[in-house]
Amino acid sequence: MDWSVLLTDLPTLVAVVIGVPAVLAAYIVGGEYLVRRLPDKNRPAVRPWIWVAPALLLVAGFLVLPAAGTIVQSFQDNRGNFVAFTNFGNQLGGFPTGGAWIAIRDNLFWLIFYTLFVLAFGLLLAVLFDRVPYEKIVKSLIFLPMAISSVATVIIWKFMYAYQPPGQPQTGTLNFLLSTVFHQDPRTWIQDTTPILGLLPLNNLAIIAAAVWGIVGFSMVILSAALKGIPGDLLEAARVDGAGEITIFRRVIFPLMMPTVVVVGTTLVIFALKAFDTVYAMTNGNYDTDVLANRMYKLLYQHFPSDYANASAVAVILLATVIPVLIFNLRQFRAVEARR
Amino acid sequence: MSVATATRQESLAVPFSPRWLAERLSGAVLHVVVIGLTVAWMVPAIGLLITSLRLPSDIANSGWWTALSPPFKFTVDNYSQMLQASNLGQGFFNSFMISIPAVIIPVTIAAFAAYAFSWMKFPGRDWIFLALVGLLAVPLQLTFIPVTTVFVKLGFTPDHLTAIGLPPFIPLWLAHAGYGLPFSIYLLANFFRALPSDLFESAEIDGAGMLTVFFRIVVPLSVPAIASLVIFQFLWVWNDLLVALIYVGGTPNVAPVTVSLVNLVGSYGQNYQLLTAAAFFSMIVPLVVFLSLQRYFVRGILAGSVKG
Repeated sequence: MDWSVLLTDLPTLVAVVIGVPAVLAAYIVGGEYLVRRLPDKNRPAVRPWIWVAPALLLVAGFLVLPAAGTIVQSFQDNRGNFVAFTNFGNQLGGFPTGGAWIAIRDNLFWLIFYTLFVLAFGLLLAVLFDRVPYEKIVKSLIFLPMAISSVATVIIWKFMYAYQPPGQPQTGTLNFLLSTVFHQDPRTWIQDTTPILGLLPLNNLAIIAAAVWGIVGFSMVILSAALKGIPGDLLEAARVDGAGEITIFRRVIFPLMMPTVVVVGTTLVIFALKAFDTVYAMTNGNYDTDVLANRMYKLLYQHFPSDYANASAVAVILLATVIPVLIFNLRQFRAVEARR
Repeated sequence: MSVATATRQESLAVPFSPRWLAERLSGAVLHVVVIGLTVAWMVPAIGLLITSLRLPSDIANSGWWTALSPPFKFTVDNYSQMLQASNLGQGFFNSFMISIPAVIIPVTIAAFAAYAFSWMKFPGRDWIFLALVGLLAVPLQLTFIPVTTVFVKLGFTPDHLTAIGLPPFIPLWLAHAGYGLPFSIYLLANFFRALPSDLFESAEIDGAGMLTVFFRIVVPLSVPAIASLVIFQFLWVWNDLLVALIYVGGTPNVAPVTVSLVNLVGSYGQNYQLLTAAAFFSMIVPLVVFLSLQRYFVRGILAGSVKG
């Protein structure tokens, strides 16, 4: 590697680390100085906008306006002519395997199985760990994969799934277990499209499992906090009143945990719909494991020339799948606000 | 005592609840299950670490678990070989160059905005905040094409920026700042709002200006929230693959370690001595940050469990 880059990079970093906060502080101090020049009655009308302006400009420039641009572009061809729903027709015609349908199907698998597995494992671990004195250590260990990148997670799991032809020594952990403990032929895992229970292809399951491994700590930590938030006297009172354990779980623990399960669940649904890194690094969508986010990337960067029209349509389809969750989130937020 | 005994008998009579399950598993069984699950969970990561320290010939011919029994033959050659054969070293520095400003910019700007959202009144305030909450769920994919087009028009491409003597990381700093803001504002505003209002009233009586209140009261009291946000945003940017691929993907001297790593997967697909060493190398910084500052990280997750 070329170490001389340090000579240019480090001064830049120092300049940015000192310069950026200095510029921002100067902005807010200068803005406040100008506000104080204003007549008393105008100050409250101007001041808030000075404080929110940088944020609103960046959010408008990087999120709101580009999103609007993409929606417009999804109705145009690559030369900018209006083509109505042609791009969407390309993506949504050809059901069940043409266009974007494999990606939509796999996003649906992610939506269901990723969310369910992460919630179920998170809840199981939270309940079990709640009862051991070394809870902190085991929680940290389960949580650790949260800190590393999805790409590193994929390498870890590619190695778990490593395949050698039958008869040769298996170096992948799972194929070793499969051949020595269960006396079965090794599988290729990430290329194997055999449906599990007649529904979920094995390779999709394998990719989802890697992502689940990486994120379970997230749901475990939040559900564990919710579990600890249930007052012990409440459970005692229910027992004194003669409630059985099933009743207590159904009527006390479950309702109290439910809002948290819903919040974690909606966040996971968003993660599932946006899934990209894991699929891109594991198979790049080959062997029928594509998802919408990866399909869009392929249309942009692995397609010559870049197909902006169809990529925009895929992005808009992705947005459409997220909208129910978005509306749900906004309702939750307003309900919480109303209770303040 | 009698209550406890009664509960126990009752719960034995009623199967199938977490408590029933837990009591069944209590004692030795519980510990075996907990430790067993944790060890099983760690196996993939342990396998990676051990493999990265084995001889290439061993890696190809036997499973990583065989290295756990004598004779022990460990080496760090894979790491030096990996640093020579790939641009992970460069990527590692790039990741710092990208992450540090991409944390400072949004956190500072978000703190200003969150202060206004929580303690100032202005028309449309609640609606704008609601819009920010909505944006938490909007896929970033929706923004890539227009932002890339504008970047190219403005000359905000790594090559052009280098040519005119500016840091080639500017597109990533700005993009990560924009993308990180809704979550940052949401998290900080939730915290700022919970500060007692007496603080602000007494400060106003004292004639302290908005700046004094912000820098002397709000920021010092919010250090835990700001620390959580800083760690969150740092790990998010450090581990980001997608945004980097979109804006600087084709330029290795600007690309972060995640992009170098994913390119290595493409070019050395089955070369596990390089891949495992590279993966572990890329994890060092997040692991150090996580292990030393875990408390804040967990707090950040609990404070705002929606990230776009």
